[in-house]
Amino acid sequence: MVRAEGVRKRFGRTEVLRGIDLDVAEGEVLVIIGPSGSGKSTFLRCVNHLESVDGGRLYVDGELMGYRMKGDRAYELKERDAARQRSAIGMVFQRFNLFPHLTALENLVEAPMRVRGERRQTAEARARALLDRVGLGEKVDQYPAQLSGGQQQRVAIARALAMEPKLMLFDEPTSALDPELVGDVLDAMKQLAADGMTMVVVTHEIGFAREVGDQLAFMDDGVIVERGAPREVLSAPTEARTKAFLSRIL
Amino acid sequence: MDAGTQPPAVAASDIRPVPVRHFGRWVSAAVILGLVAWLASAAAASGAVDGSVVRHFLFNHSILEGVRNTLVIAVAAQAAGIALGVGFAVMRLAVNPVLRVTSWVYVWLFRGTPVLVQLILWFSLPLVFEFMAIKLPFVDVYLYRARMVDFMTPFKAAFLGLALNEGAYMAEIVRAGIISVDEGQVDAAKALGMHPALTLRRIVLPQAMRVIIPPTGNEFISMLKTSSLASVVLYGELLRRTQDVYSTNLRTLDLLVVASIWYLALTSVASSGQYFLERRFARGSARDVPETLLARVRRNVTTIRR
Repeated sequence: MVRAEGVRKRFGRTEVLRGIDLDVAEGEVLVIIGPSGSGKSTFLRCVNHLESVDGGRLYVDGELMGYRMKGDRAYELKERDAARQRSAIGMVFQRFNLFPHLTALENLVEAPMRVRGERRQTAEARARALLDRVGLGEKVDQYPAQLSGGQQQRVAIARALAMEPKLMLFDEPTSALDPELVGDVLDAMKQLAADGMTMVVVTHEIGFAREVGDQLAFMDDGVIVERGAPREVLSAPTEARTKAFLSRIL
Repeated sequence: MDAGTQPPAVAASDIRPVPVRHFGRWVSAAVILGLVAWLASAAAASGAVDGSVVRHFLFNHSILEGVRNTLVIAVAAQAAGIALGVGFAVMRLAVNPVLRVTSWVYVWLFRGTPVLVQLILWFSLPLVFEFMAIKLPFVDVYLYRARMVDFMTPFKAAFLGLALNEGAYMAEIVRAGIISVDEGQVDAAKALGMHPALTLRRIVLPQAMRVIIPPTGNEFISMLKTSSLASVVLYGELLRRTQDVYSTNLRTLDLLVVASIWYLALTSVASSGQYFLERRFARGSARDVPETLLARVRRNVTTIRR
């Protein structure tokens, strides 16, 4: 479903991604961990082309993301075409990024109606079902400011799902939450994984990685240092950097 | 602790909290009222302003037409200014460098020269150009052709001058509003597959409105008054009509009081309209909802007594 080949990214003179290779099969959950500044979030933003890449290729469902090959050159897509590609990929952010001027329900129907041209009835019916599924069926008419952080993040997950994506990206979805609110969000994500959604999750929740992840990648300094089954990487890391990082957070 | 310094034992329910006394408010109110009374009696004694003349001309037909024209030019110029402002603000924030520079030059030019000069300049175009024409290229076919004197009416000169000047200020206000919206909002919209124009219209601008509206209300109030400059290009707005009257009857001060009363009335209505707009666009935010006009008056009246 996701295939990264030697992805490179530079911000000014600092190289944030120095050749990332990854494969995520359909229905698989890839968890990426690593110290801050290691390039995890940047990689995630490259997957749906929120950031352009400086080298390498990224495929989602066999489609080259953000570029069109012509001979041996990759031409960056126009924003409209990049937007079409992104519409099939859901993304959840650390700081929720709900639209504060819209109610929960309006947050969910905005893109299905404006991007996919769905009728309001259809979009609202699905939106209500999704909000029910994340346990917020009673909050449809609330504005984001009236919801707790954990509720906002669950609305954000439902908003991404409203576009019926084939892939979900999570960028530290619980890092901005109070500890007692983390559980609800993780539960929503677990349920999603159990339903067979392909997911790439950047997180510091080691428990979630162990329980839900099919694959775990440890990133440091713009490269993937170690990759494998979560239990093995977490209990018996082979690389010194992985060991050092795990000993600090566990 | 020494037994003598202990506070007397009083049950918590017996304590009556007394708010801080503001004696200064009473003193200042008395001073201000005294000054106003003194000024009013001085003005009345001098006979400079004749109340009956003011009352007579307040609803004079020509003056009322002036009020209407002031409203027409102010609303038209402000509306055009907002449209221009949104357009140039978006251009200023565009990726395309040609658009960015064009927008910058527009703001630099129209904000950097006095609006009075711009008004006179538009009105003076007939001195330089004899004809105003839109002609198809290469062939002798005119889509529009008129003598410039006939084309550049006082209304058009006033409209062009005020609208283009206002557009430059609005561009800066709208730009400030747009950049005040959190970048995460654009990320979220993009991630949902919304293209840039849709993101701007549905996500960014509605949120920017909360920052844009207060200064825009300010601009409109300012426009109601600035439109008096259109009197120099002979547009029959309130000040022009007032001047027409006092140039014949020489009751200069009385007529200027009449004009001032109308300007105050217009700006008062405009500022209360601002309240409703702000409340409308405060949706989704728990705080910062401005209180209603009535609530504000009530609060001010009750707090002076404390």
